[in-house]
Amino acid sequence: MNVRRLFALAFKETLQVWRDPRSLAIALLMPLMQMALLGYGVSLDIKHVPLCIYDQENSQESHAVVEHFVSSSWFSISRTLDRQADLRNAIDRGECSAAIVIPVDFSRALATTGTASIQAIFDATDVNTTNIALGYAQGTIAQANAQIAAQWAAAHGVRPSLVGRVDLEPSTWFNETLDSRNFIIPGVVAVILALVGAQLTSLTISREWERGTMEQLISTPVTALEVMLGKLIPYFVIGLVDAGFCLAGAVFWFGVPFRGNVGTLFVTTVLFLIVVLGIGYLISVRIRSQLGASQIALLVTLLPTTLLSGYTFPIDQMPAPIRALSLVVYPRYYVTILRAIFLKGSSLADLWTPLLGLTAYALIIIWLAARAFRKRLD
Amino acid sequence: MTSAAPAILAQGLTKRFHDFTAVDHLDLTIDKGEVVGFIGPNGAGKSTAIRMLCGLLRPSEGHASVAGFDVGRQPEAVREHIGYMSQKFSLYGDLTVRENLRFFGGIYRVPRRDIGEQMAFAISMAGLEGREDALVRTLAGGWKQRLALGCAILHRPPVLFLDEPTSGVEPEARRRFWDLIHEMAAGGVTTLVSTHYMDEAEYCNRIALIDRGKLIAIGSPRELRGRQLGGELYEIGCAPLGAALNALTGAPGVVEAAIFGDKLHVVLGAGGLGAADLPDFLGARGIHADPAHRVTPSLEDVFVQLVSGDREERVVS
Repeated sequence: MNVRRLFALAFKETLQVWRDPRSLAIALLMPLMQMALLGYGVSLDIKHVPLCIYDQENSQESHAVVEHFVSSSWFSISRTLDRQADLRNAIDRGECSAAIVIPVDFSRALATTGTASIQAIFDATDVNTTNIALGYAQGTIAQANAQIAAQWAAAHGVRPSLVGRVDLEPSTWFNETLDSRNFIIPGVVAVILALVGAQLTSLTISREWERGTMEQLISTPVTALEVMLGKLIPYFVIGLVDAGFCLAGAVFWFGVPFRGNVGTLFVTTVLFLIVVLGIGYLISVRIRSQLGASQIALLVTLLPTTLLSGYTFPIDQMPAPIRALSLVVYPRYYVTILRAIFLKGSSLADLWTPLLGLTAYALIIIWLAARAFRKRLD
Repeated sequence: MTSAAPAILAQGLTKRFHDFTAVDHLDLTIDKGEVVGFIGPNGAGKSTAIRMLCGLLRPSEGHASVAGFDVGRQPEAVREHIGYMSQKFSLYGDLTVRENLRFFGGIYRVPRRDIGEQMAFAISMAGLEGREDALVRTLAGGWKQRLALGCAILHRPPVLFLDEPTSGVEPEARRRFWDLIHEMAAGGVTTLVSTHYMDEAEYCNRIALIDRGKLIAIGSPRELRGRQLGGELYEIGCAPLGAALNALTGAPGVVEAAIFGDKLHVVLGAGGLGAADLPDFLGARGIHADPAHRVTPSLEDVFVQLVSGDREERVVS
């Protein structure tokens, strides 16, 4: 290992990246675009569910119930209906995905028996949205109930607190506002670094083969280890810059709370970059065309990372064989680590399990990468 | 490197690709300061032999040493002591002249106090003054070749391997290139250079003729030309050429007949046809022929003769 040669290689590689529009775009533009696309596009929050109201009674009482739905931000009233037939039509045409039907005897039933029913209809083609909308509807009705109970108590001169009930006082830790963005954005950063990092280094060795410069390079006394490090160092710096961009974007643009320690973030990010860049380098050594190498890098990183890293689909909910498979999907460790650092402020000691996985991965990749490059044409 | 050891030594060097033998038991001994030309048609095995000597390809058989170091066991020591120019241009087109030189200077660890001087030398040698900051891909062929040579000699290697360094380069630039090689040879640099230009062979101290992976002759251009062709060489203008070639091949006294440009080269042995008989001999077969001239054999004549003789031998055996 010679520092002079290492520097010559790293400097040359930097110049080449700087002058190659494609590499430069992957290095600097791709992370920003993906951050915007994934950061804005992927959200698990469901708000403003389109709702149709079919109020058959049109009484003061029924209007009071409807008002709870109107004022809720969970729903937005897309249409008010007058006929049963319109209901089916509205759902069929996608004008609403839920409908509230208030029966014609609503206020009478409430007054005489103390209970009344209203009907809620859901378009359950999207199960996830339906479940959430159902929850919202129940919550809205509970509010309406509380109001009705309070009015009844006032009208009858009874203190509402005398009516026996148990209240749940929920306390949501780490993501108090239950904003799914806080949960997803750190995962998005991990996904972007995994994709971009492997893309960058997948070009580095294949470019030399494709342009015919490799033959000259391997005729010199440069060692395989020097080639590996000399080529990875510039991309490591680029990777750190990209990580800085994305993490800063997460905090300052998307407003994800950052409760951890910057040092912890740095150490784990360095570890992750080693794995990501090393994998791209390994692909580059094996595949001698730039296009082929970048395609393979995309294939190897994109699907496992988006599906099995747990950044949107929770790993805990996967069947056991898939869960086992996700252990080799290295971004899952970084996704876990980033979420914990961002939202819980976890320290390195708290994170020892995912850190162990990531470290093991980094060691294996370094070992493989150091042995991969052969200074031979055959 | 001990002074006694040859600069380049190959013993039984062989390379097989599956069932194809690219280089077949090559023996070669080249002394310090020699300029040796590797001559042969495309696909003869020149590049493969050079790549084995540089340690880029692993020999299937045999062994080689360069600058006193064993190519198989001390490949890195060999690489420290050689400069190599591959057949295909292989500098970085997206780097400037100066950046390429600085890169190879760094890779070869040219001492920092020498690097400026060495780069200036390489730039002036390549005639690239004033274009130091031009991207290499914008340079014309001859300049690229000279820059590649400049990069290969930046660390002052005692042994140079140049694989078809002048292919695709205009004649004027080729001549300048050879002047450079001789200047370096005068300084004790050993050069093995391959080419398929026969006229370039004249620039070499010795020529190694290689065909189908085999070394078929080695010697100075004068030695090779003076070698017995098996008779005297005559040139004869005749038409049609093909018919004349057919008529003469196998005729009594004709050792060898070959088309050479728009004329025939005929080697006449003792007995049978004489030079004066040729026009009549051909005229009797309806072929118009001028009188025959005696010519000094060119290396191409020697090469044609050696290759055909070699191939006949192989057919017989």
